[in-house]
Amino acid sequence: MSSVEVTPVVRKTALNAVHRQMGAKMVDFNGWDMPVEYPASIGCGIINEHMAVRTGVGIFDVSHMGDIRLAGPQALAAVQHISMNDASRLAVGQAQYSALLYPQGTFVDDVIVHRLGEDEYLLVINAGTREKDFNWVRDNTSQFNCVVENLSDDFTQIAIQGPKAVDVLQKITTADLSAVKFYWVTRGTIFLHHKSMRRYLGDTLIARTGYTAEDGFEIYVPSDEPTSAWVWNRLLEVGKEFGLLPCGLGARNTLRLEGKLPLYGHEISDTINVWEAGLDRFCKMEKPEFIGRAALEKAKAAGVKQTLVDLEMTGRGIARDGYKVQDGDGREIGYVTSGSPAPFLKKNIAIAYVPPDFAAIGTAVKVEIRGQGVEAVVVPSPFYKRPKAK
Amino acid sequence: MAYPADRKYTKQHEWIQANGTSASVGITDHAQEELGDIVFVELPKVGAEITAGKTFGSVESVKAVSDLYSPASGTVTETNGDLATSPENVNKDPHGSWMMKIALKNPSELDALLSSVDYEKFVAEEAGH
Repeated sequence: MSSVEVTPVVRKTALNAVHRQMGAKMVDFNGWDMPVEYPASIGCGIINEHMAVRTGVGIFDVSHMGDIRLAGPQALAAVQHISMNDASRLAVGQAQYSALLYPQGTFVDDVIVHRLGEDEYLLVINAGTREKDFNWVRDNTSQFNCVVENLSDDFTQIAIQGPKAVDVLQKITTADLSAVKFYWVTRGTIFLHHKSMRRYLGDTLIARTGYTAEDGFEIYVPSDEPTSAWVWNRLLEVGKEFGLLPCGLGARNTLRLEGKLPLYGHEISDTINVWEAGLDRFCKMEKPEFIGRAALEKAKAAGVKQTLVDLEMTGRGIARDGYKVQDGDGREIGYVTSGSPAPFLKKNIAIAYVPPDFAAIGTAVKVEIRGQGVEAVVVPSPFYKRPKAK
Repeated sequence: MAYPADRKYTKQHEWIQANGTSASVGITDHAQEELGDIVFVELPKVGAEITAGKTFGSVESVKAVSDLYSPASGTVTETNGDLATSPENVNKDPHGSWMMKIALKNPSELDALLSSVDYEKFVAEEAGH
């Protein structure tokens, strides 16, 4: 068999050199050269980074995420047509979790839809699906009077996450962060004063969003290398007194797993539909029309064959992505979509697809780990929920 | 980190320290650094027969599972029980945290393994690629 050799182009964020300088362990993530964890010599490592976000604060370079802007008189109609949540409910400055669906009701991607202005929306999409998403959005909105722009390369996106994220970010912005509710956005000036150097970034987009099941913010700054490095280093500096750690994709994954937040290619994909993924509350069937709606109506009537459950390993062993799930007698019934030790909960946890008959809390199942069925039990979802703010 | 000269090394990043016909086996500082936070070490049962170059257990970090390859053949005489409750010891003190002790079947097998100097060179070359 012959094949055409394609040299993969490794993509880098504007902070790549900064990560390498800090001694981060780098990995290929969907074609992006990204930090998976920072070195133990500066107090990092996946577990410490994870704990910093749960109990203090951590920062992540998430510039590999993509951004699509829709603006114009029919921007809302376009967003409504291509996404499953109801964007008409968004006030200016508000954001919502949503998804782009194929006509079969399966996932193109999950997204956060931000309403930035009266007729202006920003969709934040996954790194691995940037081009696919943009082409899909452009192709499916051509009938609407609005412009569709791929702004993915315009921003360095930095996530500041954890209960102390607000304290850290407030140190460098004049925006009143206490007035920004979760899943709302604001614009503010970011001050980057350092010793005698005084710089600031005006009109910076600041969203109270994240992917860690913790309070936090994501800021969108210009993607040139000096500015990006300046913001990153300033956050490290002002975060010191709060125990801030730089965090890589390793901790990002364990944090989102504890919060049972879906990851494209794992819990959701182009072969899994909304009902199977259990994302019903973000899918507004009462909306007049959107791509995938008709198929979802039929799928709902037919009922699901598999459903996502949260598993806790009760036997000794760690479930990993792709491992088989068995019933008590060792018959294969499903598979693990994401599995890992949970650093904060100090348990081995997994998310898995199983038939609905096995979805009740307390159901005993097994996960096949290197040929052995290791006991696990279905537990309430999500594994971790952040404590309510006082 | 310097690799102790009192033992031999494999290209799979295990070390073996022989004392007559018995030997201790563990993983190197480079291995623990590559793996990251170690959360689980699975070791063979005492009495198990193991073969040079074949897996004798596994070590899991938060991110991934890695097989452990035995530097030599023999019979397992002891495993380090502390690692069941404190697997992070392998991160903290990789060259002090032995995983198993074996009765060597053929002590001359160790002659083919890397010296500390050669292993250090091997790691440096690997990092350069």
